[in-house]
Amino acid sequence: MNDAHLAVASVRDASLPLPPPVKIAARDLNFWYDKFHAVKHINLEVPEKRVTALIGPSGCGKSTLLRVFNRIYALYPKLEAKGEVLLDGENILDPKYPMNRLRSKVGMVFQKPVPFPMTIFENVAYGIRHHEKLSKAEMDVRVEQALRQAALWDEVKDKLKTSGLGLSGGQQQRLCIARAVALKPDVLLLDEPTSALDPISTSRIEQLVEELKQEFTIMIVTHNMQQAARVSDYTAFMYLGDLIEHGATEQIFSNPSKQQTEDYITGRFG
Amino acid sequence: MNAVASPSVPRGNAAIYRRRRIINIVAITLACAAALFGLAFLGWILWTLLAKGFSHLNLALFTQDQPPPMEAGGLRNAIVGSLLMCGMGVAIGTPLGIAAGTWLAEVGNHRKLGTVVRFVNDILLSAPSIVLGLFVYAAFVMQTGGNFSAIGGALALAFIVLPVVVRTTDEMLRLVPVQMREAALSLGVPQWKVTMQVLYRSALPGIVTGVLLALARISGETAPLLFTAFGNEFFSLDITGAMSAVPLVMYKFAGSGFENWEHLAWAGALLITLFVLAISLLARTLLLRNKVAND
Repeated sequence: MNDAHLAVASVRDASLPLPPPVKIAARDLNFWYDKFHAVKHINLEVPEKRVTALIGPSGCGKSTLLRVFNRIYALYPKLEAKGEVLLDGENILDPKYPMNRLRSKVGMVFQKPVPFPMTIFENVAYGIRHHEKLSKAEMDVRVEQALRQAALWDEVKDKLKTSGLGLSGGQQQRLCIARAVALKPDVLLLDEPTSALDPISTSRIEQLVEELKQEFTIMIVTHNMQQAARVSDYTAFMYLGDLIEHGATEQIFSNPSKQQTEDYITGRFG
Repeated sequence: MNAVASPSVPRGNAAIYRRRRIINIVAITLACAAALFGLAFLGWILWTLLAKGFSHLNLALFTQDQPPPMEAGGLRNAIVGSLLMCGMGVAIGTPLGIAAGTWLAEVGNHRKLGTVVRFVNDILLSAPSIVLGLFVYAAFVMQTGGNFSAIGGALALAFIVLPVVVRTTDEMLRLVPVQMREAALSLGVPQWKVTMQVLYRSALPGIVTGVLLALARISGETAPLLFTAFGNEFFSLDITGAMSAVPLVMYKFAGSGFENWEHLAWAGALLITLFVLAISLLARTLLLRNKVAND
């Protein structure tokens, strides 16, 4: 594990003279589904306002790792995370870390677009209401801002009062992104956000990720290697619960230091 | 067919295809015959109801109370009694059922107790309605001094509504995509609010359908009312006293031998059937619309 860490450090020296500050850091992070050890001794540093892609074959633990970063796994019994996940230096796995704060700082978008059965406006406003008391006018501004950030405003501005379920798949996913960014989080976790979408919607979302990283620290789980290469600044390759390699995307894809990484990226397995 | 029998295909294959074609024709014929057999009886029942009951559907049915033998009258007391008791039964059974179904889907799903509750609920679902009537007779009517009442009738009907609503609430909530639950929770919304504001909204058409189907089922129930509401020849709105219901009157009138009573029984039968049909159609429409929305 230590050498994965070292790899990151050396890459930074070589290609990024001024490394961005670390937003999230996992320290010796382990995760169990009951008795199954799904994530093993992970040490990972996620730089601020950059896109970090998690890649690896199915079942390698990349989605699991993502789901630890906002503790959404806590919803289910018999799941256990051990180690530390530091968000701005504070351990979010500490039971004393308030869930409310964590969820407002770390937003998540899922594989399947799932708008709530409400109007488009309410979909975006719903989360905000639980964290802030806003006037009607302030709320209108916030909703518009979030929809603009998600590159959806122009398509829905005339039908904010219609159901979110009436949108196309790609629009629904951007609505889900708007819903997440509306809380003004620091971090966005994207769990295979385009795997249920057609190529055009996918490229829309990829463009969007590019824009959103100006403001948010983004982690994206993807099965699509080209997507990881296109949208991310850093890439972490996982295999069977281990973090095999982590570094600048360019370096991982052009000159991986581990044989396993090269085999996966060139399509020899996975 | 020519392609199949062409020279390039070995003769053995042609025989296999012919055999499959024959088996196919036989199977389809049998399946159609079975479907027609079932539908024919349904059609026969509806036709008989219409033929015998339709001519007695009139205004007097709704404005006059049940008459003595050989006199004109209607079913007002029974219709009002039925509506009252079914309404109360649904009003008692629905909140309890939704609460229990929500517990099953959201909390009990991961626990042993949840499996037990679900199993017991399935038993209640298939319990004969007369047993539920006897239970309410022993546990409620006898305890209140052997006093037959509409409340007792409504309680017995509520026991039929309860397991249906538990089952549909449980199933409809579990049909909500798990990501919707996670998406709402990942916004920092507390679990109970997620259930009340997001999951219920998503499951609502399904739950309403369940309640409607339960209503359709209890509107024709006679057995649970025999020892509880008992029946009443007179118009009554007193829920602490005996009350009439359409199935109870049918039960008494249908084989009475008095011509006017038998006419009223047929009219009542047709009325209940039309009511059930309307509710089923409404339930189907709701479910269908929900399906379209979810796709």
